[in-house]
Amino acid sequence: MGFVQRYGERVRRLVGNVIGRYSNTDRCGTANFIICSVRWCSEAVQKKRFLVLEIGKLELTVRIVVLAKQVPDPETPPSQFKVDESTNSVIPPTGVPPVVNGFDLNAVEAALKLRDAGADVEITLLSVGTGFVMDAMKKPLAMGADRLVLVDEPELDKLDSAATVRVLAAAIEKDGPFDLILGGRQASDWDQAHVTIGLAEVLDLPLVSLVQKLEMNGDTVQLQRVIPDGYQVITAPIPSVLTITNEIGEPRYPNLRGIMQASRKQPEIFSLADIGLSTDDLAPKVQLRRLYVPESNRQVELIEGDDEADAGRKLALRLREEKLI
Amino acid sequence: MTTVLLVAERDDRGEIGQATHQAITAANGLKDAQVTVVIAGDAPASVTSLPVDSVVTISPIDPADNGIYDQVTADLAALVSSSGPDLVMFGKTDFGSVVGARLAFRIGAAFAPDCVEISNEAGVAGTVGVTRPVYGGSALAEFEIASLPVVVTLRAGAFEAGAGTGTPTVEPFVSDSLESRPIVVTDTVAETREGVRLEDADVVVSGGRGLGGPEPFSVLADLADVLGGAVGASRAACDAGWIDHSHQVGLTGKTVSPDVYIAVGISGASQHMAGCSSSRAIVAINKDGDSNIFKEARFGVVGDWEKVLPSFLATVRDLKA
Repeated sequence: MGFVQRYGERVRRLVGNVIGRYSNTDRCGTANFIICSVRWCSEAVQKKRFLVLEIGKLELTVRIVVLAKQVPDPETPPSQFKVDESTNSVIPPTGVPPVVNGFDLNAVEAALKLRDAGADVEITLLSVGTGFVMDAMKKPLAMGADRLVLVDEPELDKLDSAATVRVLAAAIEKDGPFDLILGGRQASDWDQAHVTIGLAEVLDLPLVSLVQKLEMNGDTVQLQRVIPDGYQVITAPIPSVLTITNEIGEPRYPNLRGIMQASRKQPEIFSLADIGLSTDDLAPKVQLRRLYVPESNRQVELIEGDDEADAGRKLALRLREEKLI
Repeated sequence: MTTVLLVAERDDRGEIGQATHQAITAANGLKDAQVTVVIAGDAPASVTSLPVDSVVTISPIDPADNGIYDQVTADLAALVSSSGPDLVMFGKTDFGSVVGARLAFRIGAAFAPDCVEISNEAGVAGTVGVTRPVYGGSALAEFEIASLPVVVTLRAGAFEAGAGTGTPTVEPFVSDSLESRPIVVTDTVAETREGVRLEDADVVVSGGRGLGGPEPFSVLADLADVLGGAVGASRAACDAGWIDHSHQVGLTGKTVSPDVYIAVGISGASQHMAGCSSSRAIVAINKDGDSNIFKEARFGVVGDWEKVLPSFLATVRDLKA
């Protein structure tokens, strides 16, 4: 295979990658050099030495965006879970702050595991919504993520999934390109489990769902995907969209250094206009009409005994009486 | 008329699967519905008596595509464009969740996953209403679909599998779409399983955070063994590494509906209950009498599992002897 065939696309993408960084941050010291290479790209592919140097330099950073959503703490006891039926929204329990969706933290963990394994990764958190609580949203930064990008405008927390995908796609186009787009397998509020999948379709990128293990391998990623009673070993190209499941391992606890670093970082905030959208683009396809807590009328029959052991014995006898065992 | 395209799945024998029979019930429950079942590959002979209007076959799912479903998504998108249904239905399985979402976003349709109710009478004529559990099952949400077509997936067990019969026509649909997405499945690793399959077990003995460590799962395994059942676990127990994730029951684990679901040291968070609430009887052993599991259970013992379980196991052994 010729040099151009092997590296042409990779160089084009990487160059675009650095230009993307340059346009959004001012810390890319090699930007002038890279812009130069864009201008001379067609000639440059013939100057092999020049390009090899560039590739060596550029291949260092894998840009990863992790989709993150702020949700009510799912550990809220069911007794404190209340709905305001007049506004069709969940009443936040007093004293329980929101959190970043747990599966999204699994996705952050997946990205950090790549860093642990020696890859030079830049991890960007991307979230769409409003009313962000920074203590919650900065947790991934404290775990080790590098940047926090928020698309923040009133009402953006009420989008349907199609509109959410549209906003995420526009933000990724603006802030990208990225090598990997990671999302948690689903969010613990609306349990829809399809925003990341839809994003892959809209961006026209390959998708692998339910990833439990992730390793860089040159220009590809090696994955394990959970299937019933086992897993698949998969090779996916870069860029790809991946949904991450909790089998990847528990999200690490932030250490003190991470917390200090996160406290100094400020989110980069986009408006809809910044990413080339207006509210007209976000008309819902699915509209919430009613949200309510279903009544439970199940009555438990508590088995009691002289002591706990006796209760255990009586439970077994009662289940036999009911022909359940 | 409401036209429904219902994407079938097969069981291990190649026959129309349970999720599809349930979806047929849901589709036939719609007002003035015309239902077409789509099946990948040669249709089994039994489809000619399904209680639907027609059956369409598309190209078979390539075994090498195992779980990625690129080609079938492209074929379905072509079929939807050419036949223009109001609704596309899937069971909420791994297949339906991935292909349904991909299809919806590819054709710009609305997507309503994990529905437990569906109607076409709610709201303005011509619109579709769906109900689905949200917040891990703590709440129910009713949605109106503002634009058709809509792709829906139906929660397992939300509809009874129908028994009716019909005389549908069977026709092939040939799609010229070719997908060549560069994802390669290089290996499939089956994790060894002992005894009864969790999803098929008549009795499931599940343990949670309250067990405090991995060792007690051997007691649960003994109990499951005596009862001819399988061992389950809450996500907390799996994430803690006490037992393999293949045992996880719940919203993001397996959905089970045994005759008896024995929950030991499980608090009963709605995310867990989503995976076992269709059990015939839930039996709870938990030392916290206020925990949610007692709101869902039919029988319960408030007590320390370390004291309750040995005598329970011993008595069950005697009864089974």
